[in-house]
Amino acid sequence: MSLHRITLKNGADLDGFRRAVRWLMAEELAPQHILWSLDEAPSLFGDDDLHDAPPVSLPKSVARLIELCVCHSDPERFALLYQLAWRVLNGERDLLEIASDPLVHRIDMMARAVRRDLHKMYAFVRFRRMHGELERFAAWFEPDHFILEASATFFIDRFRSLDWTILTPIGSMRWDRHALTFGPSAQREDAPDEDSFEEGWRGYYESVFNPARVNPTAMRAEMPKKYWRNLPETASIPGLIQTASQRVDAMIEQEATMPTKRTPERAIEAMWDQEPKTLEELNAIIAKAGPLVPGATQAVFGEGPKHADIVFVGEQPGDQEDLQGRPFVGPAGKLFTKAMNEIGIDRSQVYLTNAVKHFKFEQRGHRRIHSKPTAGEVKHYRPWLMKELELVRPKLVVALGGTALLALTGKSTPISRSRGLAQFGPYRGYITVHPSYLLRLPDEATKREAYEAFLNDLRRIHDLAEADPDTGELPLAAE
Amino acid sequence: MAYCAYCVNRRSSNVKRAKFTVDEVVTLTIEFYKRNYIEGLFLSSGIIRSPDYTMEQMLLVAKKLRRDHGFRGYIHLKTIPEASPWLIEEAGLWADRLSINLELPTEHSLERLAPEKDGASIEGAMAQMFERIEEAREERRHFSPAGQTTQMIVGADDTTDADVLRTSAKLYGNYAMKRVYYSAFSPIPDSSAILPLKSPPLMRESRLYQADWLLRYYGFQVEEIAESSEQGMLDLDVDPKLAWALKNRHLFPVDVNHAEREMLLRVPGLGARAVDKLVAARRHTTLRLEDVARLTSGLKRAKPFLVTTDYHPKARLDRQDLRERLIEKPQQLSLFA
Repeated sequence: MSLHRITLKNGADLDGFRRAVRWLMAEELAPQHILWSLDEAPSLFGDDDLHDAPPVSLPKSVARLIELCVCHSDPERFALLYQLAWRVLNGERDLLEIASDPLVHRIDMMARAVRRDLHKMYAFVRFRRMHGELERFAAWFEPDHFILEASATFFIDRFRSLDWTILTPIGSMRWDRHALTFGPSAQREDAPDEDSFEEGWRGYYESVFNPARVNPTAMRAEMPKKYWRNLPETASIPGLIQTASQRVDAMIEQEATMPTKRTPERAIEAMWDQEPKTLEELNAIIAKAGPLVPGATQAVFGEGPKHADIVFVGEQPGDQEDLQGRPFVGPAGKLFTKAMNEIGIDRSQVYLTNAVKHFKFEQRGHRRIHSKPTAGEVKHYRPWLMKELELVRPKLVVALGGTALLALTGKSTPISRSRGLAQFGPYRGYITVHPSYLLRLPDEATKREAYEAFLNDLRRIHDLAEADPDTGELPLAAE
Repeated sequence: MAYCAYCVNRRSSNVKRAKFTVDEVVTLTIEFYKRNYIEGLFLSSGIIRSPDYTMEQMLLVAKKLRRDHGFRGYIHLKTIPEASPWLIEEAGLWADRLSINLELPTEHSLERLAPEKDGASIEGAMAQMFERIEEAREERRHFSPAGQTTQMIVGADDTTDADVLRTSAKLYGNYAMKRVYYSAFSPIPDSSAILPLKSPPLMRESRLYQADWLLRYYGFQVEEIAESSEQGMLDLDVDPKLAWALKNRHLFPVDVNHAEREMLLRVPGLGARAVDKLVAARRHTTLRLEDVARLTSGLKRAKPFLVTTDYHPKARLDRQDLRERLIEKPQQLSLFA
C-alpha cells in the first residue's frame, strides 16, 4: 500500500486535522500509511482528493486532548494524534485511561507543555498603553507553541472592558470591547516601547523581594529566563539576587537596636479603646456600611430613651419604616402601639429596634412586598444589635417573633415552644410573637384570641420591667 | 501600633514605614491590573491608629474597587482579628478570600512574642468567619467565596513541627481552612533582640508543607506523622512520607496492581495524581515497572516499596542504609555560584 500525504497548516490547524481524520477514518487508512507534512499555507490536503466525510465520534476527553495538542509546536503532533484517534476508534475506547501507555504518555506530556505555555502567557503578557487619546493597550509576547487562539477566551474574560491587542511572532489578536479579530504575525517593535506605570511596578517588585528567601533556581522555574526580556520587572532581578546575601548578612550582623521613639502610651490605650461609645456613634457605623441587600432607602435605627428599661426587638423595617426612617410606624407598628397603650406602656419610654436595620422587599407593580431576612442576613446585623443592647443596658429584652429570637440567641427556635420568660446572654428576656403575626391571621375569632394573648404578654413584660428582677441585680453588659 | 516581635512593622521598630491612602491603593491596583502585572490584590497592613480604623481602610479599598471601578480581579484581605465583628462581616462582602493570621502555633509563643494577640480571640474570629462562609454558601450569597486561610511563622519560637501540624489539623477540622501557610521566619531589618537571627529555615518550611499535604490529600493522621518524626521534628533529609515509610517497613512492599488506593497513597514517591492514574490504568492492563516510571517522577524513592508484575524489591527494603541511599543530593549548592 502506498503512503498518503496529508498536508496541514503549520499552526494549531484543528479544522484541517478534523477534516483529515474524518476522511482517513472513512477510507480506513491506518496510521502507518500516512505521511503528515506541514506547510505555511496549504492549498489542499496533499495528493488525495479529500471529500467531506461523515464526522467521527470521539470521547469528549479525547476531543479535548486533541484541541490542546494541535497547538504544540512538535511537527509530529498530527501523526501522534492520528495514532491516538485510530486506536480509540478501533477497539481501544478507554485508551486515555491507560496513562502508562507510551503513546498516551507522550501526548499527555505534550498537553502539559501546551497548558504550561498558556499559563505562562496568562501570567507574563505585559500590556503597555498605546500613544493617543483613547485608552488602548498592546503587548508583545513570544509563546513556545501555537496558543494564540487558545488563549483568547482567557484574555477576553479578564479584560472585557478594555481595548487590547496581543502581538506575537505567530499572529496577533485584537479585542475592541465587542469583537475579537485575528491579524498577521508581528514584531516586537510593533508594540509600544514603554509605559508610565512600569517604574512603579518595578519599585513594587523590588520592595516585596525578600533577600533571605532568594532561590534563583525556583525563580527560574517559575519565570523562565526566556520571558525575561519582555517583562518590565525582570530588569531588577540580577541586582536583587547579587545583593541578596549582603543584605541578609547585614540584617543578621546588625545588633538589635533600642527603639528611638518612646512608646506612645496614650495612642496605644486609644487603640484598644475603639468601640463605639454612644448609640449615635454606633448608628453612624451602621449607616456607613449600607444595606446588605440593596434597595433600602435608609437604615432604620433603634428609637427611645438612652437607658430605657425595656428593649423591644422586631424583625426588620417595613415599607413605611423605610420611608420614614423610624421603627414600628407601619400597620404592625400601629397595632403594637395601640396594644402598649391599652396596657399602660408608654411608647416613648421604651426602646424599639429591629434585628435587621434595612428594609428588604420584592417589587410587585408599585408595591414593595416585605421579604423575610435570611438567617445569614440576621447574623450579619447581629453584632450591631448586641452593641446596641450593651449601650442601652435595659432591664428586659423582648424578642418579637422568630427573627428577633434568632438574632438574640443565634439559634432558630419556634416561638410557640419558647414563648414567655427567657435569658438572652446577660439580659433577662421575654419571648412573644411579632405584631405583624396578629395582622396575618385569617379569621376574626383567632385574631381576637391572639391579640388577647399578646396583651397578656405585654402585661407581664410591663410588670417584669417595673419590679426589679428577683436577684435585684442589674443586667451585666455583654462582652 | 501593635507589638509583635517578629514583625518589621511592630511599634518599637525603627524602620521607616510607608503609608498608602485608600485612593492610592485603588489607582495602583486598577492600573497594574489593566497591564496584567497582577491578577488581583492581596491587602495587608500594620495597625494604624486602631484595629477598626485599619480594617475600615482596607475595606474601603475593596469596596471602591468593586463598586466604583467594577474591578473583577481577585481580592484577598488580611483581616485584623481585633477589629469589630461587623467589619469582618462587611469585608466578606467584597473580598474573594479572607484570612486571619494565627502567626504562632501555641498560646505560649503568642504570649512571649506577640503579647497583645490572644489565641482565643483569633480563633473566635476564625469561627465567626467559618460560620458566615458556610451560611452564605447555603444562602447563595457572596461572602468570602474562596474561603479563609491562615499563616503561621516557623522558626521564630521553639514549637516543634508536630505541634505546628497539630495546630493545623485543628484549624482544618474546626474552621474548614482552605490552606494553612507556613512561613519560615526570616531576618527583618531592625530585629527584636528576642528573636533568632539566622537564615530562614526554608527546608523546614518545605517539609511542613509536604506534611500538610499528607494530612489533607493522603489520608494521614497528624499523630502518624508525629510518631515518625524525631522528637517532634520532621526529617530534613527525606520527605515526611518517606520518613514514615522507613519507620513502617513492615507494611511494604505494596503491589501496585492489587493494593487499595489508600495504601498506594502511602508509597513514597507516588503523588495523588500518579496514584489515580495507576488505579485507572490497572483496570485495563497490568503494570510493569516501566509503566510506573511513566506515571511518576519519584520512581527512585518508590522502588524499594513497591511490587509490579516484573519487579520485587526483595531485601532492598530491609537494608540498614536505605534512608541514606534515598537522600536526595541538594540540587543547589550555592545560591550565588
